Amino acid sequence: MEKTWNNKAWFMVLPVLLLVAFSAVIPLMTVVNYSVQDTFGNNVFFWAGTEWFEELLHSQRFYDALVRNLIFSAVILAIEVPLGIGIALAMPRKGWAVPVCLVTMALPLLIPWNVVGTIWQVFGRVDIGLLGHTLAAMGVNYNYVQDPFAAWITVVVMDVWHWTSLVVLLCYAGLVSIPEAFYQAARIDGASRWSVFRYIQLPKMHRVLLIAVLLRFMDSFMIYTEPFVVTGGGPGNTTTFMSIDLVKMAIGQFDLGPAAAMSLVYFLIVLLMCWVFYTVMTNYGQEKD
Amino acid sequence: MTVSNAAAGALPERLAKPARKPVRHRNDSRFSWLVPTLYILFLAVPIYWLVNMSFKTNEEINSVFTLIPANPTIANYKIIFTDPSWYSGYINSITYVVMNTVISVLAALPAAYAFSRYRFLGDKHLFFWLLTNRMAPPAVFALPFFQLYSSFGLIDTHIAVAIAHCLFNVPLAVWILEGFMSGVPKEIDETAYIDGYSFPRFFVKIFMPLIASGIGVAAFFCFMFSWVELLIARTLTTTDAKPISAVMTRTVSASGLDWGVLAAAGVLTIIPGALVIYFVRNYIAKGFALGRV
Repeated sequence: MEKTWNNKAWFMVLPVLLLVAFSAVIPLMTVVNYSVQDTFGNNVFFWAGTEWFEELLHSQRFYDALVRNLIFSAVILAIEVPLGIGIALAMPRKGWAVPVCLVTMALPLLIPWNVVGTIWQVFGRVDIGLLGHTLAAMGVNYNYVQDPFAAWITVVVMDVWHWTSLVVLLCYAGLVSIPEAFYQAARIDGASRWSVFRYIQLPKMHRVLLIAVLLRFMDSFMIYTEPFVVTGGGPGNTTTFMSIDLVKMAIGQFDLGPAAAMSLVYFLIVLLMCWVFYTVMTNYGQEKD
Repeated sequence: MTVSNAAAGALPERLAKPARKPVRHRNDSRFSWLVPTLYILFLAVPIYWLVNMSFKTNEEINSVFTLIPANPTIANYKIIFTDPSWYSGYINSITYVVMNTVISVLAALPAAYAFSRYRFLGDKHLFFWLLTNRMAPPAVFALPFFQLYSSFGLIDTHIAVAIAHCLFNVPLAVWILEGFMSGVPKEIDETAYIDGYSFPRFFVKIFMPLIASGIGVAAFFCFMFSWVELLIARTLTTTDAKPISAVMTRTVSASGLDWGVLAAAGVLTIIPGALVIYFVRNYIAKGFALGRV
């Protein structure tokens, strides 16, 4: 759409600007402030310069958390995106089954995140949980409290349970927007199931898939509540992702300086990734229009 | 977009005759119900287990393993509905979630209109900056939020949580509404102005009904993300405005093993979400695509 140049539009943006600035800029400045100072309590601060950043960039703990988080996000995307596409393709397009599918699939998205954690914590317990009990009865040695591998599996399956529906619903929205005429044309050309998917359905889903990947990457990269409730970052540090580590440092140990430095680096990483996604998305949009 | 729309318009003319039933589905339709069914089963089993536990006594939970409660009891739910420290958690959550939804949508409406209709100095940077706030990890903001709201004396109030949640909900609402508004042709605005409508009157009388589903979807998303968020809500509240999800975590650590009540509380947190989904079920598909299909 052709847009007119009008700087008065700023007045319409003003409420949003003030609201978000209050919640974003002031706290961010606080974080910047802490990241360059040291304190021994009593609100007495000393200039520390880049000390915390140097410490952070040489800290094994930070890299471990970062790598764990990157692996987690990669695993999540690799499972949820193909699975989501597959389920969306198999979903019914009309009839009574459509609202049933949509409502039940959207349900996990609206459960508070710590309740999701609680559900899986209970579900996986060997003594009282259905999953843990069943696996134990089958002779599988499954204990997410002590075994790092089981903890990872639990956290990943929990996230798949929680968020695959988002990908499904996005892809479904893309699929139902394809006019029936496209399929008829494909049938006349004798197109195979695969080429219908490759040349009709996938291009139509491109836009929504980008949104799905963007949202899933962001949210899995800042995941906190669910693994915190289920594993508490353990056993050891094996499921300590960036956010969990950060909260441990900032609120648990009250190391404001290092925590602030880590916050900034963390935020910059997210920002960089999102800038890349955003650029790709908008460029793609321009090519299309 | 224009290219594909033109193609979609041209194709039916050529293919208008054959009103055959879709043959394509014949082979895969016999088993295609299997995949969604299995997936829904996978989604339902953990929830079933929670519901199952909520109707059991703690003795039954801890001693025997039963797939349905042997002696169904509603004692767990009774505890929640009679103890103020439990049910006030629900009232608190609903209060700040509704406040946040109203604030977010009202603030986002004019901004989304500006982004969808005008170009102005720094518009693209501003839009990206807004989106970055949706991407900011809440863990980064938890501590500074606490200090900011303490200095305003707003700790433990509903409005504090409502405003704090605007950090990620306002950008999202702007993003969704902008998508829906861009789908409304600009000619409608121009015609209204020629007919002598003032901007506010045009916006409320003509434009808002046109994007009603978009407003519904934006409100749904604001509700959803405010309802499920815990970290910030917990940081900013102590007793008077404590959300239900935070009440749950406290009870777990304090009494340790009251699984029945915990399960009942969990089940009750699922219900508002289920109700909201039910009301917007017809818009879910389009809504999740943020109006951008």
